[in-house]
Amino acid sequence: MSKIGVFICHCGENISATVDVEKVAEVAGTLDGVEYSTHYKYMCSDPGQSLIKQTIKEKGLTGVVVAACSPRMHEPTFRKACAEAGLNPYLCEMANLREHCSWVHEKSDATTQKASDIVRTLVEKVKHNKPLQSIKVPITKKALVIGGGIAGIQASLDIANAGHQVVLVEKDPSIGGHMSQLSETFPTLDCSQCILTPRMVEVAQHPNITMMTYSELEKLEGSIGNFKATIRKKAKSVDEKMCTGCGLCTTKCPNKKIPSEFNTGLGTRTAIYVPFPQAVPNKPVIDKANCTYYQKGKCKICEKTCPTGAICFDQEDEFVELEVGAIVVATGFNVMETSEFAEYGYGKYKDVINGLQFERLASASGPTLGEIRRPSDGKIPEKIVFIACAGSRDPAKGKPYCSKICCMYTAKHAMLYQHKVHGGHSYVFYMDIRAAGKNYDEFTRRAIVEDEVNYIRGRVSRVYEENGKLIVKGVDTLLNAKPVEIEADMVVLATAGVANPGSEELAQRMHISYDAYNFFSEAHPKLKPVETNTVGIFLAGACQAPKDIPETVSQASGAAAKVAILFSQDELSRDPAIAVVNRCAPPLFSTCVGCFMCATACPYNAIGEELIKNRNGEVIKRVAKVNPGLCQGCGTCVAFCRSKSIDIDGYTNEQMYSEVMALLNND
Amino acid sequence: MNEFEPKIVAFVCNWCTYAGADLTGTSRIKYAQNVKIIRFPCTGRIDFMLLLKAFSEGADGIIVSGCHPNDCHYTSGNFHARRRWITFRGLLDLLGIDVRRIQYSWVSAAEGAKWADIVNTTVTNISELGPYADYAKVANYLEKEANL
Repeated sequence: MSKIGVFICHCGENISATVDVEKVAEVAGTLDGVEYSTHYKYMCSDPGQSLIKQTIKEKGLTGVVVAACSPRMHEPTFRKACAEAGLNPYLCEMANLREHCSWVHEKSDATTQKASDIVRTLVEKVKHNKPLQSIKVPITKKALVIGGGIAGIQASLDIANAGHQVVLVEKDPSIGGHMSQLSETFPTLDCSQCILTPRMVEVAQHPNITMMTYSELEKLEGSIGNFKATIRKKAKSVDEKMCTGCGLCTTKCPNKKIPSEFNTGLGTRTAIYVPFPQAVPNKPVIDKANCTYYQKGKCKICEKTCPTGAICFDQEDEFVELEVGAIVVATGFNVMETSEFAEYGYGKYKDVINGLQFERLASASGPTLGEIRRPSDGKIPEKIVFIACAGSRDPAKGKPYCSKICCMYTAKHAMLYQHKVHGGHSYVFYMDIRAAGKNYDEFTRRAIVEDEVNYIRGRVSRVYEENGKLIVKGVDTLLNAKPVEIEADMVVLATAGVANPGSEELAQRMHISYDAYNFFSEAHPKLKPVETNTVGIFLAGACQAPKDIPETVSQASGAAAKVAILFSQDELSRDPAIAVVNRCAPPLFSTCVGCFMCATACPYNAIGEELIKNRNGEVIKRVAKVNPGLCQGCGTCVAFCRSKSIDIDGYTNEQMYSEVMALLNND
Repeated sequence: MNEFEPKIVAFVCNWCTYAGADLTGTSRIKYAQNVKIIRFPCTGRIDFMLLLKAFSEGADGIIVSGCHPNDCHYTSGNFHARRRWITFRGLLDLLGIDVRRIQYSWVSAAEGAKWADIVNTTVTNISELGPYADYAKVANYLEKEANL
């Protein structure tokens, strides 16, 4: 006979404002098998948990239903409380009265009725719960960091400094990411390369870090503590061990007119190239798509030039399998291209550039060696217009979100322009100045007051070319919405920060969630900002949402701390909700008929076979058997099984049918 | 039957739609009370006999919802569910269940508003269809199945 305890939480007023909790507790108390039913203001608080623990002991409860928030929020809390009171934690279920009831309905009898229905359903379920033991799995204390920008660099260094092995995978030939492209950084105007490159070198030299550049995640299997990652090492066509990084090949390569990715197309590179002088590793790769030899079968000048014989044209992509316990995803972001703006010329005006391109123009290592010159004719622009929120906060462009960094970098750009072009005029069209951050507002103020940047609050409707000038037509909404027209020499669009191309595929490969804009989703917007919904995979930096360097670094260190916490344990307890093939008394042994439909459905190859033998060792039955180490508990096999011989703990047929029946029978 | 309040059961997966419905709550988007959610680890776990059971117990409509294709937490459970749905859909006629009584959809953990939409649309649709009265038929079928 079940003795179920039902504990209904008010959640302050979050639940009790729309649900009559007293009524729900009263109704729950009348349910068959319910021994005790009560309600309390904050069930998750210490007194609330004590109430549960005490009742378990006093009443000898055989099951607990906590009717409160989503189990995704507090199931671990209450299961732990039950365990502390001596009740198997898997005999505790949560009824979701907050997210699925009180927050989505107005106060009414129907809402209270629904809450009672939910509670009754879970009471019926918990009656069929079985005590389960969590599965212990060992942890591979090695982390995989995907992305070698500042987020990945910081996370790798922190994990490595905590004493754990790290593999850092970067898709480009060098680590450094977008930060290495930046000129100077707000709000201090210190040179980005000067603060970043020492970190890059530290990564390369760290004994605990293995760097894999020009590599990408191909496949990911397994789960927290024991992931198996397959990394594709793209063929560099250069033997890393032989290459000394002298750079002779890059000077001799005849194919010199390839737009440089690092210089955002404003400069050129050769087919065999190092993306930038401070690259780590400072060894070239051959870009096959642009190499004369790969395309036409003739050339090999680099091979002839190389003093160490490091060029190997027949190198192929290599696949490396790694076993890791945790993953930090730090794949960063990108910016919208100017070609996506019909109103600003579809990218056809060479002097309409985006913010990242301006960074390269302003950078001492850039194509103009830090002089602000127009891409079209190399002239120094006398009038420059910056357009903030190009794409961001614009539902028409499909990006209703704020890209967060543009207000600050636009102020910085205007400031750098004023510093570099004396007597120049700069204009910033903006919607709002969002400069929330330490010393940020002071910085934008400085741009306006000290550097005399003209800030115009309003949007730009059109940019078009006339007599060699870019005519910027906008509006000044602070002066009775007066139209403004500026004849500019150059226009910089602070285009929206967007997810990297390929983010969706990467998320699918790792089974992590992503939002409508393909940014990766955190497990909880407030309390789990670095975790993903897939335990063991953490997020760092702008792959989650656009963010600036300090925020990225903080999140990366946060993710690294999470990894270090995970690695501080020797083994991990895993949810025991896994599939089991039934066993029964001889002569049947199991209702399983050995059709192995389950094995074809299982995505984890977790189903093997078991041979049931008699005392003479003769096989009398061949049945399915679940490998508990591999089973992840999806239950697809259960729905497939024709003889209902396989079931999944925690979501058994008995439990699910009971839930369906209880939910519908409220009369 | 102006005051007909349909009973609708939602069979959802833990990772996408359950979390999406949580987000509907966190975002305080309101929807009709008629839909009650049952949590499964994955839509792949949903044995469609459960849907018949729900109809035989008096459900007027059903929502089955999980992760979008390719987004399944367990790689392929949602594909199995989709395939099963396609087969099952063909059998509904035989059982005398209007196919419109089942709403099959994908709601990700980030689509709180979409969940509210689906619930409200389903409630409207089922209200128009009226109560599901043929449950005895399904109950008989299930009984026969049990006696086989």
